[in-house]
Amino acid sequence: MSTPYAKLPAWADYGLIPLINLVVAFLVAGLVVLLVGESPIRAAGLLIDGAFGSGSGIAYTLYYATSFIFTGLAVAVAFHCGLFNIGGEGQAYVGGLGVALACLAFDGIFPWYLTFLFAILGSAAIGAAWAFLPAYFQAKRGSHIVITTIMFNFIAASLMVYLLVGPLKPPTSMAPQTRTFLDGAHLPKLGWVLEAMGMTVRATPLNITFILALVASVAVWVLIWRTRLGYEIRTQGFSPRAARYAGIGEARIIVITMLISGALAGMMALNPVMGDQHRLQLDFVTGAGFVGIAVALMGRSHPAGIVPAAILFGMLYQGGAEIAFEMPHISRDMIVIIQGLVILFAGALEHMFRPAIQAAFASISPRRAGLEPAKSGSV
Amino acid sequence: MAEAAIELIGIDKSFGLVRANRNIHLEVPRGTIHGIIGENGAGKSTLMSILYGFYQADSGEIRINGQPVKIDTPNDAIAAGIGMVHQHFMLVQNFTVLENVMLGAEGAPLLYGSISDARAELKRLEKDYGLEVDPDAVIEELAVGFQQRVEILKALYRGADILILDEPTGVLTPSEADHLFRILEQLKDEGKTVILITHKLREIMAITDNVSVMRQGEMVATRKTSETSVEELAELMVGRRVLLRVEKDEADPGDVKLSVRNLTVKDSRGVTMVDDVSFDVRAGEIVGIAGVAGNGQSELLEAIAGIRAAVSGDVIMDGKPIDVTGAADPSDLRERGLAHVPEDRHYTGLVLPFEENENSILGYHYHARYLNGPFLNLDAIRDDAKDKIEKFDIRPADCRLRTANFSGGNQQKIVLAREMEQDPGVLIVGQPTRGVDVGAIEFIHKRLIEMRDKGKAVLLVSVELDEIRSLSDRILVMFDGRIVGERDGEATEGELGLLMAGVEQREAAE
Amino acid sequence: MEFLGVLLQLLDATIRVSVPLLLAALAGLYSERSGVFDIGLEGKMLAGAFAGASAAAVTGSAWLGLMAAIAISVFFALVHGFASITHRGNQIVSGVAINFIAAGSTIILGQAWFRQGGRTPSLTGDARFQSITLPGADAVSGVPILGPIYSDLISGHSLLVYAAFAMVPITWWVLFRTRFGLRLRAVGENPAAVDTAGISVAWLRYRAVICTGVLTGAAGAYLAVAQNAGFVKDMTAGKGFIALAALIFAKWRPVPVMFACLLFGFLDAFAIRYQGLAFPGIGRVPVQLMQALPYILTVILLAGFIGKAIPPRAGGVPYVKER
Repeated sequence: MSTPYAKLPAWADYGLIPLINLVVAFLVAGLVVLLVGESPIRAAGLLIDGAFGSGSGIAYTLYYATSFIFTGLAVAVAFHCGLFNIGGEGQAYVGGLGVALACLAFDGIFPWYLTFLFAILGSAAIGAAWAFLPAYFQAKRGSHIVITTIMFNFIAASLMVYLLVGPLKPPTSMAPQTRTFLDGAHLPKLGWVLEAMGMTVRATPLNITFILALVASVAVWVLIWRTRLGYEIRTQGFSPRAARYAGIGEARIIVITMLISGALAGMMALNPVMGDQHRLQLDFVTGAGFVGIAVALMGRSHPAGIVPAAILFGMLYQGGAEIAFEMPHISRDMIVIIQGLVILFAGALEHMFRPAIQAAFASISPRRAGLEPAKSGSV
Repeated sequence: MAEAAIELIGIDKSFGLVRANRNIHLEVPRGTIHGIIGENGAGKSTLMSILYGFYQADSGEIRINGQPVKIDTPNDAIAAGIGMVHQHFMLVQNFTVLENVMLGAEGAPLLYGSISDARAELKRLEKDYGLEVDPDAVIEELAVGFQQRVEILKALYRGADILILDEPTGVLTPSEADHLFRILEQLKDEGKTVILITHKLREIMAITDNVSVMRQGEMVATRKTSETSVEELAELMVGRRVLLRVEKDEADPGDVKLSVRNLTVKDSRGVTMVDDVSFDVRAGEIVGIAGVAGNGQSELLEAIAGIRAAVSGDVIMDGKPIDVTGAADPSDLRERGLAHVPEDRHYTGLVLPFEENENSILGYHYHARYLNGPFLNLDAIRDDAKDKIEKFDIRPADCRLRTANFSGGNQQKIVLAREMEQDPGVLIVGQPTRGVDVGAIEFIHKRLIEMRDKGKAVLLVSVELDEIRSLSDRILVMFDGRIVGERDGEATEGELGLLMAGVEQREAAE
Repeated sequence: MEFLGVLLQLLDATIRVSVPLLLAALAGLYSERSGVFDIGLEGKMLAGAFAGASAAAVTGSAWLGLMAAIAISVFFALVHGFASITHRGNQIVSGVAINFIAAGSTIILGQAWFRQGGRTPSLTGDARFQSITLPGADAVSGVPILGPIYSDLISGHSLLVYAAFAMVPITWWVLFRTRFGLRLRAVGENPAAVDTAGISVAWLRYRAVICTGVLTGAAGAYLAVAQNAGFVKDMTAGKGFIALAALIFAKWRPVPVMFACLLFGFLDAFAIRYQGLAFPGIGRVPVQLMQALPYILTVILLAGFIGKAIPPRAGGVPYVKER
């Protein structure tokens, strides 16, 4: 009869509730810190100092955030179509193949910006291709996309190991990785921007891909809320029956959405492969695909939420390294716990505090809370 | 009067701001069949859900056999001897009859002994009440009538003395319904008390001893069935509502716009829902399709609109066929001038989380006037929405408001505005006033007549007989997937009611 | 004779690697049959392995290790239940969360408590489930064919191996021969039918996820306290997902679950033993292909090319009473 979402003002819906969920996640994480015998307050201090206390810290934070923006957007685009793409990890992994192939082919011929262009196309194309089969099976054969994308993560891992210990490995090398790219496939660093702002930045991996990630965020916003395709994606996501009624082909829209999602996940590979390591290595994704789930949930599938959420996780990764350095009992795996807690509280338990907050609003000003409708400019 | 099996005293129940039941008093004598009638949304189902422990009343008291009882869960209801046959059967589709009957009343933690006990008990019930059904049959392979029998068996198996049936005949064929009534008579003879919830007067008159009438959450009257009449009950049901006679002139039908020939549609389970249906709709007329819900009207509408594939038959619009058996694309049909107001506005006709203006282009969102290349032209879309809001008096007049926050009547106007303003040649409309307030009903009816007067062909499907009668120039009655009769707009309620109940059809068959 | 020996070794390895899959897949069966999807089998198994190894290391008792494994795994199962049953949250999201929390906290706590880089101390003696020699195994080992099968293949496993295989008929019996099983299957298909029959949907589903917790705990304990002599970080290495694949592959039925797990276990054992072996006519099959085969087979099954895997009808959907 009535939607539970209409009962809170928009700022509470999109600001207060995520904030409370986040705070609870951090409180529980603090308990874990206590459990290993360290001070959560000192840990939080180290975290923030490590992430933002220096130019290098900020650069690292943004470097990590770059990857998470891509994977967060990938998950979010699929969410808008009512699809749960849990396969960002695998799509990003094979996306690295697209980057590597472009770099290996052109690094001796082209300047970086041309190679970059081919690498973008390559990573997006292979990432999209890796999302295609799960999408096609969901659309045409009704197989659950969550399960198929999980399976494709593992298949991707096997495939990449096969390629990196075999065909892609230079014969002379022992390590399972490609040869190092030449200068024509090294992306420009962005450390100088921070230095220009008066900070000291030593060699940090923050690179031009960060700009690309911001561009992608804007592009996703335009796509979802300002194009016909985005309109169709949202219609399908909210109500498949309405989409059918409106003449929106279900199979077509599912496949297109997943191709976009996979392409965004694939482009994540640009950041570490071409921006930092300059070679394709095993396991370079290091969970960024899964962080994307937390980022999309926290950012409520809106780029304006995803970018700050990605930066928050970038901060956790960078600051977490700092904590690990200072506190011997805590390793960077602390971030994995926090990530899990954020997914739990901002995702699975997102409505846990809602009744209490609604009651609180109703008692403060019953008429407002009951009657003022939430505008839905977003999500 | 015999001692009361059930007494309800001052039952109140609200959902948010909606008062579904207010101060309900009801007394049902033991060993009788008691009808409860009322229109859709009068609060009948809520009241019975309270009696069955599905909801708790905000206030009031329930007495069973004179004893006050507290019914907080279905378990309490079952313990008090109440059994319920739900409108949507509560059966596990891939379980056998036996498993379904046992579920929740297994006795011991191990099924070893209870299976044979249940089998024996089923045999006995079958003998006593004529409720034959194969205990090892899997539910999804049974016909609907048999599934309902399983529901009744479930209640009896739990030793129910009081049996509540919620709209039991809605899904039954007439012969199945007759069989059900014989079973209910038999239950009564065994001393059971039966409560029959329905909105069909024919059933009330045929089988009940007493009847109570609900209207807008209140119990407005209780009568002995032998001392009342269809007319009195009908009046009690609708109250002193102005009869929905819309002012309209004689129709001036033109050429055939929409022609349906031998259309057959099956549902996902392969059951034939529309069976060899043929009819025409001409420009400048409203053709109404009357019938009890679930007789194939919904599927007929969906097949014509290209949402559901038909098995066979043809639909011809403006002399050109629509590929109803294959890949009819709803967008192509819109391009050809077919507008569709779907029965289900919440999930089909609208996307409730969307802003109003986004919904006002649904299905037409690819039109060049709403786009700049691949981008949405928001200014054009919002101007267009504001225009429709004004023309259709949609309130509140805010095209940025989330659609879920509009009332049912205004939501329906959003759909109607969208479809009518495209100036279609053919308008097909399903349940245009379901869940719509009285003021909006009148508005909507006027608009439909206007469409007719502008020379559009209008096909109207409604389960509200009043609506069909007051709007239609011609009335087709659908029963069990077939069109069983055609009448003009002056047909009486009784005449149509008989057709809708499939009476004439059976007489013809005999 | 040579061939028989090799085959027995291969099958013996198959059994060892199948057991954690089998326990985890049966665990998932309880939850998913009740309508609660669980992609958090991996995390619960991992947490169980860590808790089991830790408790066994501290107390020196494998049994206490097993109990600790079950306790922590049930705790995570209850978190999943709290999110997906009580708060009607997204079951996939909840499962993902549990996998991460388990992955992170086992490493952090392991390092904090034992200071061995995320490992637990090596387990010896009673702190580990030892292999059991079945009665008469030595006596019959000389009998041709059947003797070695009994003494080498069937005998000589730890108690948990026998328990895991015993769980197959037990699960079947619970599911199809008990009141709990009847209700469990019903609630996964149509929770409204269960609700109107006067049975609490929530409590029923909670009991199902507790069963899941017990079995994933046992799976973790097997990994850390029986198959291996302690916990190493990320020791489940995707086994929870292979178990999930096996569960789907078996269409949520107990006996086929066993065969699916044995098949996937065999592929694994085979791949390890015959890395780089050339097949006549096919050539060398990359070991990675063998490793990916369970996933590929599951995708093919899900796409409906070999039968159709229809999940429990109410699976993944939180139960909301309808008005």
